[in-house]
Amino acid sequence: MSETLPKNNIFKVIGASSLGTLIEWYDFYIFGSLAVIIGHQLFPEDAGASALINTLAIFAAGFIVRPFGALVFGRLGDLIGRKYTFLLTLVLMGGSTFLIGLIPSYKSIGYAAPILVLILRLVQGLALGGEYGGAATYVAEHAPENKRGFFTSWIQTTATLGLFLSLGVIVITKNLLGAETFGDWGWRIPFLLSIVLVVVSIYIRMKMHESPLFSKLKAEGNVSKNPLKESFNNKANFKMVLLALFGATMGQGVIWYTGQFYAQSFLENTCKLDFNDSRYILLWGIAFATPFFVIFGAWSDKVGRKWIMLSGMLLGVIFYRPIYQIFLDDTDFSKVEQSDVLSSKPDPVTTVPIANANDSLRTVSTQVLLKNGASFYKVQADTLSATRGLLTGKEIIRDKVLPKPIFWKFVGLIFFQILLVTMVYGPIAAFLVELFPTKIRYTSMSLPYHIGNGVFGGLVPFIATLIASFAGSTPLSGLWYPIGIATLSLIIGTIYLSNKKDERIND
Amino acid sequence: MNTLKKFLGLIWMILGPLAMTFLFLQAIEKVGLTHTDIERTNTILQWAIILFIFLPISIGLMIFGFYAWKGEYDRLPESSGEL
Repeated sequence: MSETLPKNNIFKVIGASSLGTLIEWYDFYIFGSLAVIIGHQLFPEDAGASALINTLAIFAAGFIVRPFGALVFGRLGDLIGRKYTFLLTLVLMGGSTFLIGLIPSYKSIGYAAPILVLILRLVQGLALGGEYGGAATYVAEHAPENKRGFFTSWIQTTATLGLFLSLGVIVITKNLLGAETFGDWGWRIPFLLSIVLVVVSIYIRMKMHESPLFSKLKAEGNVSKNPLKESFNNKANFKMVLLALFGATMGQGVIWYTGQFYAQSFLENTCKLDFNDSRYILLWGIAFATPFFVIFGAWSDKVGRKWIMLSGMLLGVIFYRPIYQIFLDDTDFSKVEQSDVLSSKPDPVTTVPIANANDSLRTVSTQVLLKNGASFYKVQADTLSATRGLLTGKEIIRDKVLPKPIFWKFVGLIFFQILLVTMVYGPIAAFLVELFPTKIRYTSMSLPYHIGNGVFGGLVPFIATLIASFAGSTPLSGLWYPIGIATLSLIIGTIYLSNKKDERIND
Repeated sequence: MNTLKKFLGLIWMILGPLAMTFLFLQAIEKVGLTHTDIERTNTILQWAIILFIFLPISIGLMIFGFYAWKGEYDRLPESSGEL
């Protein structure tokens, strides 16, 4: 059935599905990017009970709710159809994002503000959990057999492009309004703008037809009566759900989060790179690597999905530690020779009283420019104790700006990591779609995908930080988590998965 | 290959409870390291979420191991029609 679709029609299907998914990722990322500002505006300054709500809003929506969204909307998608379900997830996601932009500040409505944020965040998480499975299933069920990997890989690009779009809108709004106005009320604009994108996407999606495979199933009266029961209570299918999770999506999740998120956090927090430098490095890396989602998706149509995904995991396991060691070595400015220094300019000394004490914190900051174009700040923070005099603190080197050759070397290393992301992530939608039958596909594929990405991937920063807190750990110790999970998934995938593609997914 | 699949099944079955025990011990240790009430409540909450999420996953790994050990993955379905 799907083979007879005109070429321009399949691109409309891809466009409508990808645009909606891109907007959902945009909505999801702007909250993360603006979390600090939102915290100041919508949460009370003293921690108290709001810290709990804050923790839940930021932490829980990312991990707990997405798999539940996958179950709830996956079930709906298998019962009433793909088109209307992922239309609903789009409305919920866009609507809740728009409403976050309208919530009055904590100063105006008190604790109602953080509670409303929490509720809307949970709705966002649920909607995101339902969206991806719908979009991937919808596109795959329209795509010709021999191009399923190619067509679904466009959906895979949206997570990266959503990050791009969110960063772009935030940077432009901030530059237009100025930092102070942006922090005051301008941060609401990226949230409010999302409604325009959502309305456009809803209009496009409303004009689309139901998936041909689901329509056929419905016409024949073969729609599942209880997709959850058939997905997880049917042993043959449940076995495949477990295999998909442990043999593919678990490893894919950690490779994705390490390449795109942990890398940026490492450059910024561990290597102490300048805010702009770390972002530009990531943006260049993403820009060069994004086309490879489609290249690997299309290639998987020819050689199968398994080995491309597992090769991405293997390369991550082998190269993560050397790559991050290079990041550390090349940003180590502690042993700079005096002959390399072009100029050294101290900023005015600042002295800030320490709350609830008679002591003060004295900070001496010196900007150092090197002959090779690099620069950094040497920050010496000392305590002026009322009773014990000057207590010398540790000198920190931060806000490092890299010389051009090193900057581009880092872009190359980030590009390589995102290339691995495209290897594991490009073919995965087609892989999951082909694993399950039409009548329970939406439910069955959504759960392993969201556990793999939301839980195993989403926990990379938390568990990496946890490992780094162990006695005897080094800055590279946190990498053992993605390396360990990817190794486990690589072993399970290699031994238990088949590279055979199911050409017929219309059963 | 089928023997290897079965043997590894035993490893997956052991790995599930081992991972949970490790996480549980970590939770106790990290909660013990907190200084203030609010910090303690937040840490308990975070770890409760982690344990709540990973418990079914580790049970899933055990079930996966059990199926592998029983030879259920010796032959995978050739098409989704077999499911």
